[in-house]
Amino acid sequence: MAEKKLNLTLKIWRQAGPNFVGNFAEYKLAVSPDSSILEMLDDLNNDLENKNLEPVAFESDCREGICGTCGLVINGQPHGPIPKIATCQLHMRHFNDGDTIWIEPFRAKAFPIIKDLMVDRSAFDRIQETGGFISVNTGSVPDGNAIPISKDIASEAMDSATCIGCGACVAACKNASAMLFVSAKVSQFALLPQGQPERYQRVQAMVKKMDELGFGSCSNTYACEAECPKGISVKNIARMNRDYFMAKVKTENVES
Amino acid sequence: MIKLDAKIPSGPIQDKWTNHKFNMKLVNPANKRKYDIIVVGTGLAGASAAASLGELGYNVKVFTFHDSARRAHSIAAQGGINAAKNYRNDGDSVYRLFYDTVKGGDFRAREANVYRLAEVSDNIIDQCVAQGVPFAREYGGLLDNRSFGGALVSRTFYAKGQTGQQLLLGAYSAMNRQVANGTVKLYARREMLDLVVVDGVAKGIVCRNLLTGEIEKYSGHAVILATGGYSNVFFLSTNAMNCNTTAIWRAHKRGAAFANPCYTQIHPTCLPVHGEGQSKLPLMSESLRNDGRIWVSKNKNDMRAPNDIPEEERDYYLERKYPTYGNLSPRDISSRAAKEAFDDRRGVQGKEAVYLDFRDAIKRLGENVIRERYGNLFEMYGTITGENPYKTPMLIYPAPHYTMGGLWVDYNLMSTIPGLFIAGEANFSDHGANRLGASALMQGLADGYFVLPYTIGNYLAGDKPTLVKTDHEEFNKIKKGIEDQTSKLLSIKGKRTVDDIHKELGRYMWNKVGMARNEKGLKEVIGEIKELRNEFWKNVNVVGNSNDVNQCLERAGRLADYLELGELLAVDSLHRNESCGGHFRVEYQTEEGEALRNDDEFTYVAAWEFKEVGKWELNKEPLEFENVHLATRSYK
Ligand SMILES: Cc1cc2nc3c(=O)[nH]c(=O)nc-3n(C[C@H](O)[C@H](O)[C@H](O)COP(=O)(O)OP(=O)(O)OC[C@H]3O[C@@H](n4cnc5c(N)ncnc54)[C@H](O)[C@@H]3O)c2cc1C
Ligand code: SF4
Ligand code: FES
Repeated sequence: MAEKKLNLTLKIWRQAGPNFVGNFAEYKLAVSPDSSILEMLDDLNNDLENKNLEPVAFESDCREGICGTCGLVINGQPHGPIPKIATCQLHMRHFNDGDTIWIEPFRAKAFPIIKDLMVDRSAFDRIQETGGFISVNTGSVPDGNAIPISKDIASEAMDSATCIGCGACVAACKNASAMLFVSAKVSQFALLPQGQPERYQRVQAMVKKMDELGFGSCSNTYACEAECPKGISVKNIARMNRDYFMAKVKTENVES
Repeated sequence: MIKLDAKIPSGPIQDKWTNHKFNMKLVNPANKRKYDIIVVGTGLAGASAAASLGELGYNVKVFTFHDSARRAHSIAAQGGINAAKNYRNDGDSVYRLFYDTVKGGDFRAREANVYRLAEVSDNIIDQCVAQGVPFAREYGGLLDNRSFGGALVSRTFYAKGQTGQQLLLGAYSAMNRQVANGTVKLYARREMLDLVVVDGVAKGIVCRNLLTGEIEKYSGHAVILATGGYSNVFFLSTNAMNCNTTAIWRAHKRGAAFANPCYTQIHPTCLPVHGEGQSKLPLMSESLRNDGRIWVSKNKNDMRAPNDIPEEERDYYLERKYPTYGNLSPRDISSRAAKEAFDDRRGVQGKEAVYLDFRDAIKRLGENVIRERYGNLFEMYGTITGENPYKTPMLIYPAPHYTMGGLWVDYNLMSTIPGLFIAGEANFSDHGANRLGASALMQGLADGYFVLPYTIGNYLAGDKPTLVKTDHEEFNKIKKGIEDQTSKLLSIKGKRTVDDIHKELGRYMWNKVGMARNEKGLKEVIGEIKELRNEFWKNVNVVGNSNDVNQCLERAGRLADYLELGELLAVDSLHRNESCGGHFRVEYQTEEGEALRNDDEFTYVAAWEFKEVGKWELNKEPLEFENVHLATRSYK
């Protein structure tokens, strides 16, 4: 593996807390091309701690692109320049010696900044709590093979279910819309037979909550799909819009 | 001395759980909401427990240090979950799953617990399907299965390479439904830092609010810890960055016995280390071993590229040594075999790495089939290494992955502290000295969906615990203790960073308490860990302050606990004069280099009782094998 290190200039967003003014701080650093960008931030933090300076607050956990905890805007793009990966999967070999890299938090009204690169995405959980489930209690369920589901439907539902809840779609959207995230969950259940009984109630409840929490509306620019690390398709949004419309037709006590 | 009563119900193994459920006391439905239950952790075990207890009507408080319950480490599990459905008609049964698990655990697990696990495994699949978990299906629309190490039947259910994600999102959604119903209240970004025990009974927890730094007190009639495993004591492991031992370690210091800490699992198929800056070791799912073949060169110090090494100079060492199981040999055996190859200077180009090769599978099945089966894993490998595994073999090497040890629990999953229950990877209960693939997800969900909802009720109805208010002096004393520890950490202002010390601990653990352990090394390492712990408390530098987000402080607190646990891991390894499963002592091996158990002296659970830092007393729970006869494991 390459021994040569890359010499980089980092411009990192520093903000002491939600009510403080933030700005970019500059750091110089040499990093192995085999490191991930978060490992580079680990290195930087280790240097800062050695100098008794506060490390840069950023979040991550699995570092395998599945937990959805990490999420940085790198050179203007959520999760950086390489498509279909999360921030933690971005390796430094994609940068060149001498590059300047801009690193910022995800920005959206519904995702307030907590500190430096850390944001509060708990609004996503609030949406899930309003309908992102199938109402079955533990126990009393039929055998797993009682309802056959075609392979194609199952894999389409799986494609929607693969969303990691990172929020890049919101950060990428000029309206800070959460349509891609919400539609992924709505679609997973709308596709499966198990999700049918609550299908129309679910879509109404989740969309209503999304609007309440300050996410913007969708103007079909598809920036979300382009930045989504899991390749969640905008087809989900179309499906959700259809269901939302159907819900209005079907339910008697229409809420809008 | 603690009295270890496993409370195993009497009767034939097939009837124990059914009879026990019938004999348990029940809580009047109208009274359930009067009981407060604390659940720490929202992984598979915690989220499923919280959801099920909420559905029953208890008043549940759930805690996680993550920003969202969905981020728990369970999300990262890839390969699958076992169940004894026998949908393949290939001879599977509850008894066979039970048998395989006892044997796979090298006869160091409790039979009754394992049987129950196998028994409820089928209900788990049904439950998850009903929740809308999109398991892989066959063309006929029925559920698909794959094979995993340590079994000759195909009993693993999966959702692409993201089974843990889908199962966790299922449990998370069930829990969210209870949050909406008001039975579950979620406390995110809270790190449990201590357990409150009043008159010998668990009564609550003390947490740090990770946003404000405030130390908060919560009381409950019962406390469940589902806080995961402790592999990060090795610094580098397949576990997520924030996995830690703090919750169970602090409970241990309050009186909960720690069982079999030396049973740690080193997973054979992880990515090799790239350099000093490495922060974790990504896992390549074991399911890859269904079609991939593991090999190294037959020659020492072979520096050739893999495709330049001719067939006759390749050593498919697992197929050679274990013809029956071959590349699907259990994890401990496969990992040790990789280490042997490296020690024999036959690692890939001198590195700690071996090949996992799909050339033959691609020839046989075509690239498309391989892509369909493992596409996302191949992609992941590609993004991390910059190599194309369809063209050149993957490089893999073993890494710490799972901890079979954990807090001791009885059949009801209650620890040695009444009122304190432990679920999922945090307990020691079902896997003995080695866990088979796809069994951790099964265990976490078994504990949470199907065991705790019964046994918690039995405890509440039988013991009638009372609630202690959070202004009780014990709560205040413990809160003060945590605040003092925080001030102490912040005031040391030494010369070494937290990660620097953690990496040093990890090196000691990996070199001397890793895949091959010996008496001399273990004795040395105990001294080294003690010394490092002293250095930590004199020379660590924790930057920042206590009333704000402070990730440096979070890491320091976790490391402080690892520096104590690491020693116990070594002490337990040193005391167990035998090799079994994940615990391999080089002094105890057969002529062929296989693990040599000592059943006469060590057929017991070692449950360590905390006395003071660096001092423990050993308690033994003898294990009886009435159904599966003690035998030497053979995968040949
Ligand atoms: C990469 C990888 C792949 C795997 N693949 C498989 C597989 O294919 N099949 C299989 O069966 N098993 C697999 N495993 C193992 C399995 O994923 C874990 O053993 C299992 O998910 C653990 O679940 P858990 O609920 O016990 O704990 P976790 O999922 O680790 O959850 C722990 C929870 O506790 C919380 N917590 C911890 N400490 C505290 C504290 N002090 N205060 C507050 N909250 C706390 C965390 O926030 C988290 O919510 C895999 C493991 C890894 C690392
Ligand atoms: S839809 Fe994609 S970008 Fe949005 S939260 Fe899900 S995974 Fe992230
Ligand atoms: S850290 Fe988990 S997705 Fe990046």
